[in-house]
Amino acid sequence: MANATTATSGATQTAQWTRKDLLGLRELSAEEIRMILATADSFREISLRPIKKVPALRGKTVVNLFFEPSTRTRTSFELAAKRLSADIVNIAASSSSISKGETLLDTVKNLEALKIDIIVIRHAAAGVPHLIARHANASVINAGDGAHEHPTQALLDLLTIQEKKGRLDGLRVSIIGDIAHSRVARSNIWGLTKLGAAVTVCGPPTLIPPHIEELGVQATHDIGQAIRDADVLMLLRIQHERQEALLVPSLREYRLRYGIDRERIRLAKPDVLIMHPGPVNRGVELDSSVADGPYSVILNQVTNGLAVRMAALYLVAGAAKGGVLDDE
Amino acid sequence: MQHGSQGQPIRSDRPVGAVFVFREKAKLLDGEAVRRALSRIAHEIIERHKGSEQLALIGIRSRGAVVAKRLAAEIEAIERSNIPVGVLDITLYRDDLSRIAPNPVLHATEIPFDISNLHLVLVDDVLFTGRTVRAALDALIDLGRPTSIQLAVLVDRGHRELPIRADYVGKNVPTSVKERVEVRLKELDGLDEVVIEESAEAANG
Repeated sequence: MANATTATSGATQTAQWTRKDLLGLRELSAEEIRMILATADSFREISLRPIKKVPALRGKTVVNLFFEPSTRTRTSFELAAKRLSADIVNIAASSSSISKGETLLDTVKNLEALKIDIIVIRHAAAGVPHLIARHANASVINAGDGAHEHPTQALLDLLTIQEKKGRLDGLRVSIIGDIAHSRVARSNIWGLTKLGAAVTVCGPPTLIPPHIEELGVQATHDIGQAIRDADVLMLLRIQHERQEALLVPSLREYRLRYGIDRERIRLAKPDVLIMHPGPVNRGVELDSSVADGPYSVILNQVTNGLAVRMAALYLVAGAAKGGVLDDE
Repeated sequence: MQHGSQGQPIRSDRPVGAVFVFREKAKLLDGEAVRRALSRIAHEIIERHKGSEQLALIGIRSRGAVVAKRLAAEIEAIERSNIPVGVLDITLYRDDLSRIAPNPVLHATEIPFDISNLHLVLVDDVLFTGRTVRAALDALIDLGRPTSIQLAVLVDRGHRELPIRADYVGKNVPTSVKERVEVRLKELDGLDEVVIEESAEAANG
């Protein structure tokens, strides 16, 4: 199994992961982020085996606690847990006691009474995973909280860029779309800038939050500029099922001004990467000719997502045990 | 990875945060002796397999991988054929994963060929409790169904905790459990030697 990435493999790892939870990239050091990426890189090979399972988390129980609908993230965590031999239970808010009025912390306490080890949580309100992490002995992994953070998505994006470009340091990444409501954008901004990439955000003025520059990024409304300079184009989904659809006049107008089509992609560098967290609105932020074209690494992102989530589960499970240190 | 210069899982019954200072007690093998031991093992592997057909070597990270590559080069020089070499990381199969924290740093398993129907020789630097070999056997079986698996080690220091023995041994060394066997290899440490170390505490007391 050839090691595709060069940036993290090879170097001897001396650091150790000591966090019980993975809540966001904002609080992580560059070294901690690199450690997750290196671990994920090693996990990639397992999904290529005929028997795609290792016994590392045998006997651990993981709960997918999703208060917002999700298919790809939930499935990715579910497969990641299963390939590590953990048991996993899925709880969707609509089918749980939350709809009967149970409070969040009561739900968590009840889960803990069942002796679970890791909670993977998605919630519409920012900060919920952090709240739970403070009250639970179980490890908590944030699978998206409001417009705040989606750390495993950003980590899989970092892993994909590193795999394809061999590095992150010194690259120029343009994030295009609804920056204001995107947890994917925020986690990526923290992750990319910590690892030395230069980030530009681009979108209509209504979807770029004021003072975004304070996060260490450039902001532009000029799509041509965002495309021309970039080594990586990260498109965000226009969430037309949500309120923010009202912030652009129409999907057709968005496509005309900011959509990446066959014409616009000609402005890009010849080795540009096209990324998208999915699901893609074909013909809105991204045309099919580009989404399925040679620059697209959208399916590599999905594959790497599994490895990143295996790494996240493995690392938080290790840190939660406490006690004896592996210090030799 | 710090999971043992001896290639053995770290015993987790050590006191937390204790600092162990080891000092060299005796040199078991120098560079020339290491070379001769590997050369002999290479010949033994060929002899027992009646050649090198369907033969592949699997080294256990990290020093076992280096030893496996050297053995393969020796065998290739004698047999004039290509010997596939894979590198196995046993971290995810360790029997102490649920006892130690944080989890050890993971490295990839790199076996770029199908091990089914091959005669495998598993290679490590030191054979001690046998727990690493147990983990390696489980990891290998998950990757396919080899015709046979044998075990080659540079040093067998005794103190087995599982019913495991080596088929090829560079040197048998009686040791105390408190001692440590350090294998140093040019590729990783700049020189070839095997030394036995004891804790400074034991030496003083």
